[in-house]
Parts: sequence; structure tokens; C-alpha cells
Amino acid sequence: MDQFLQQLVNGLAIGGIYALVALGYTMVYGVLKLINFAHGDLFTIGAYLGMTLFVSLGLAGKVPAWAAVTLVAVMVMGLVALLGWLLERAAYRPLRSAGRLSAVVSALGASIFFQNAVMLIWGAKYYVYPETMRPDTILHLFGMGIPAIRIVIIAASVLLMLALYWFINRTRLGTAIRAAAIDQGAARLMGINVDRIIALVFLIGPGLGGVAGVMVGLTYGQISFDMGFSYGLKAFTAAILGGIGNIPGAMLGGMLLGLIETLGAAYLTMAWKDALSFLVLILILIIRPTGILGERVAEKL
Amino acid sequence: MSAPDVLNKARNGGTDAGRRFRLPPALRVPAVLLAVAVMAVLPRIMNLYWIDVFVSIGLGVMLSLSLNVILGQTGIFNMGHAAFYAVGAYVTAILNTRFGVPVLWLLPAAGAAAALFALVVARPIIHLRGDYLLVVTIGIVEIVRITLTNDPGGLTGGANGIFGIARPEIFGMKIRKGIDFYYLIWGGVGVTVLLFWWLHNSRFGRALSCIREDDIAAEGCGIDVAHYKLMAFVLGAFWAGMTGTLFAAKMTIISPSSFTFWDSVLLFAAVILGGGSLTGVILGAFLVFGLPEIFRDFAQARMLVFGLALMIMMIIRPQGILPPAPRRYDVSGFFASRRSGAAETWPAGGSALNGPDDGTDAKPAGGRGAS
Repeated sequence: MDQFLQQLVNGLAIGGIYALVALGYTMVYGVLKLINFAHGDLFTIGAYLGMTLFVSLGLAGKVPAWAAVTLVAVMVMGLVALLGWLLERAAYRPLRSAGRLSAVVSALGASIFFQNAVMLIWGAKYYVYPETMRPDTILHLFGMGIPAIRIVIIAASVLLMLALYWFINRTRLGTAIRAAAIDQGAARLMGINVDRIIALVFLIGPGLGGVAGVMVGLTYGQISFDMGFSYGLKAFTAAILGGIGNIPGAMLGGMLLGLIETLGAAYLTMAWKDALSFLVLILILIIRPTGILGERVAEKL
Repeated sequence: MSAPDVLNKARNGGTDAGRRFRLPPALRVPAVLLAVAVMAVLPRIMNLYWIDVFVSIGLGVMLSLSLNVILGQTGIFNMGHAAFYAVGAYVTAILNTRFGVPVLWLLPAAGAAAALFALVVARPIIHLRGDYLLVVTIGIVEIVRITLTNDPGGLTGGANGIFGIARPEIFGMKIRKGIDFYYLIWGGVGVTVLLFWWLHNSRFGRALSCIREDDIAAEGCGIDVAHYKLMAFVLGAFWAGMTGTLFAAKMTIISPSSFTFWDSVLLFAAVILGGGSLTGVILGAFLVFGLPEIFRDFAQARMLVFGLALMIMMIIRPQGILPPAPRRYDVSGFFASRRSGAAETWPAGGSALNGPDDGTDAKPAGGRGAS
């Protein structure tokens, strides 16, 4: 039972990270119908920027660890959001009127570009997050030890998701985003500047992805230049699991996938852990292509 | 949308944009002969390194052409083509190293295994819409790679792969030198091009084009869309499996790292970059598999430059280098036969509607019933 609860916490922590990355995929897909293959690499960049910023700011010891980490996370969010916006401007906007396949290839090109840029800047070796950044406090809950950082990660990701949920559902801009996702032409007729909405989506999505990158560094300690691919693909699986284009769906899908993967690795098989999530992906697409919460049926079969 | 609009419509906005790159019909045969001659002479003047590069490019061209049947001609978003390539290569390696079956005899077996695998995995997903299919095929290629790495039943040799695959033999002549492989693989490319050119102009190929342009309209025209899509998928996989045999024979060692998602991405990029026509896809494969070699001067940064080049090329030419020419049909013969009162004979005599004209407007009309 103890082990199960521990795995549950692990699953929710990684699930929250998947969910944050999945939000970037699902929002972009909702508005542009484009799979942003470079999103996973923006997430990687977030992880590396977090480490570099923390080290170069030299905050360790001067301010409490949580304050330093929060500051770094906010800065990473801003920087990666900017990068996402640049990416949309340079690689996707010129292809808006062209076919979707050319945008997909452009996204793949961007992914290759970012991945190799990270490798050139930071090197091909693994990096370890500094110990001062991830305090190893153990919380004793229900008679078992749980790393405090995991609880913080879960709380932070839920908080970010709630904030986004509020923004999308309760503000004018959020409404505009939803409108643009449903019908761009009609949104334009209602006076919504769709280009700016798309730019906004490319600020929010990568921003959240960048924070998720920092969270991975905090949870596992280890980051590598090519981790964006597997995290990205799993986050995308999560987005589909919940229903692509659906924001609560991405949150639910992320959490579910994190749990499935962690529990599967713990109780079934470690070597097939990655295959498990892809199997879930294929099964969900065969059985229910719209995902769990997706209500809009595929427009053309 | 009016009829000429439909005819000129390409997936990516206007096939006619590719026209200025297109050769006049009279020059096509000489151009093909020239290309063949150049490819035949090249290895005599290249050093061993470049021969090796060209062998890899040749394999890339064959794979891209096989993917083109699925992606370029039918419009099925398949981003897991390396999975079928892997099945072919592993079937070859296992049968050769365990049972000593000569490598080239395994070509049909490898193709059949890949085709069967494609049939099984594609059957339940073929009806999915574009992007969903793209993601499922990524899932398939990853599952195949993980399976190969996990070494089920000790068959695939895990992460190290399988080594000691025998060299191929043709009529008692062992192929081991780079230049021999060059001729073997580019000979394979030649066969591939001929076959797929014939296929493109067949009833089957026309059905695929029709599905790509509009699958609902195709269904309305009586084309069994699901069946044709599946057949295109299986055919492309078959050819990729056979290419896998050549790859295994060339390398003598194969491992899961040769069949990753990124290898599928390169093939996908080659087809989209090429635009979907045979010539275009060959050029696309040359760019995708040759550019990183040319960028070797950038050393570490070559893939960075490659990613950048991919983006720039798509922005400059979103429809690809050479999209397929719109099929043109000379219907004047049909109307001529109508005018001369031979209308009742047109299904037999008026073959104009059955064959594509390949852009040659001067082709004699098919209405022989009129004379």
C-alpha cells in the first residue's frame, strides 16, 4: 500500500508535467490544426535555461531556495514564451496559407534546429540540476516518506492549470482564443484579431512548456538535450488521450498518462514503459479518436 | 469551384507553380537517359567515401519512393515508415544468420513480412483522419524500435542488433566492394522508378490521385477508398521491406538505432520537399540525405543548418520542388466520335478517357471509331 501511494505521487508529479506540456500542443492544435513538433524542444530549452539562470544568478544561499526557484521559473516562462512567439513568426506564419503538410515539415525542421542548438550551446552530455536548487526535504505523510519537491511540483502544475482554465473561460482574451479555435473566419468577423490570438497562444503554450522543463529538472535532477522528443511525444499522447484541442482534456490526459506510465512501470514491466504509453495512444485512437473529453467529432473521415 | 479550378488544384495551392521547372515532353527521354548515364559513370570518378554516400542516398531514394506511394500519391500521413524498413531488414538478418538463406533470395520474404505487418497494423487505423494517422504511425515506429531493443525471444539481439549478415551474391559473383553495392542499389532504384512510374499511370495510380485530391469525391466515383488506401499502404511497406534487405546486406550489421522516429522524419521530409512526383521525390531524397554530407564542413552544426534549411525550403516552396503534373485527358476524340454519329461505339473505341496524357497535348486522339 505504501509503495502504491508513493507511485501515485510519482505518477501525479510526472502527470502534471505531461499536462503542462500537453496544454501547449492542444492549444496550438486547437487554433492552427498544427502539431507543433518543436514544442518538446522548447520544453528542453526551458529545462536548460532554468539551470543556467539559477547558476549564473548566484542566488543560492542568499535567498530561500523556494524564492530563487520561483524567480527562475518565472524568468524561464518569459524567455521560452518569447522563443515560441519568434518560432511562430519565423517558421509557421509564412506557411499559414500553404498546406498543412508543409507546416508539419517546417515544424520538424524547427525541432531539429532547436535540438541541435541546445546540443551546441550546452554540449551533448547529461546535466544535473544543482543540489541547492532542489532541497531534499522528505515529508512524512501517512507514515511514509515523500520528497517534498514532488508535492510542490504537483501543487504548482495544478495551480498553473487552474490559472489557465480561469483565463480561458473567464476573460475576454480567453474567450477570443476559444472563438478562434472553433472557427477562425467567424472569429475574424466578430472583430477578433486572429493573428494576435495565434501569437498569444504561442506565448502561453511554450511558456507553460518551459516551466514544465524546469519541473523535470527539479523532479529527476537530470536533463539531456534530446529529452524533448520523448517527453513531447508523451505529452502529445496525453493531449490526444484527453481530446486534442480540449484544454481540460489535456490536463486530465496528462495526469492519466503519468499514472498509467508510473503504475505500469512499477507493477508490470520497466523495459516496456515507453511502449505502454504508445500502446495507449494507438488504442485510444482506434477506440475513441476524439479522446476522453473531446466532443467535436473528426470533421472528415 | 469550376472544373478547371479543380483540375489545377494541388494540395498546396496550385500545381502549375511547378510548371516552369518541367521539361518539354520531347526532352524527357533524353533527360532520363542522360541521368542514367551520369549515375552509371559517377562511381568511376568518385572516391570511396562519396561512393558510400551515394549508396546511402540510393537507399534513401528507394525508401522515399516507397513512402511516396503512401504519402505523396495517396495522401496518407505516414510518419512511421522506418518501421516497415526495420521489419524487412530484421527478417533478412534473422533468416540469413540463423538459416543461412542467401540474402538476395530474401528480398520477397522481407517485402512480404513488411507488407503483412503493414496490413495488420494499418487495417484498424486506415480510416483515421490525417493528423491522427500521423501520430499513430509515430507510435508504431516507436513501438517497433522498443520491441527490437527489448529483444523478444532472443531474436533481435537487443540494442546491439544482429551482425554477421552475409554479403549478397549474384550469379556466383560476391558483392562486397562499395562500387558493386553502388550498382546493385542504384539498379534497384531504377527498377523502383520504372515500377512506380507504371503504377502512377495505371488505374490503381489514378484511383490514388483521386483519393488524395478528395476522398469523399473518390468514394462518390465508386472508388473503394479504404481498400485502395490499405493497398497503397501495404505496397509502400512491401517496397520498404525489400529496401531493408538491401540495407542489411550492405551494412552486415543492423541495430534498432537505424530505424528511429527521426529516420521516418527524414523520409517524410524527402517526400514533402519533393512534392510528390517521382522526379521531385528523387530530388527531395538527394537533398535530405545528401545535404548533411555537404554540410559536413559545419561539423557539429550540420544538423542545425539542416533543420534551418528544411524550414527555409518549405517557406520558399511550400508545395515542394516538383509537385505531380495535373493529369490531362484529351477528350477531343470523344467529341469527334460523337459528332460523326459513332457515339454508340465510344466505350470501345474512345480510349481517350482511360489513359492519362501526361501533359502531351499533341497526342493523337483516341476516337478511332470516327474514321
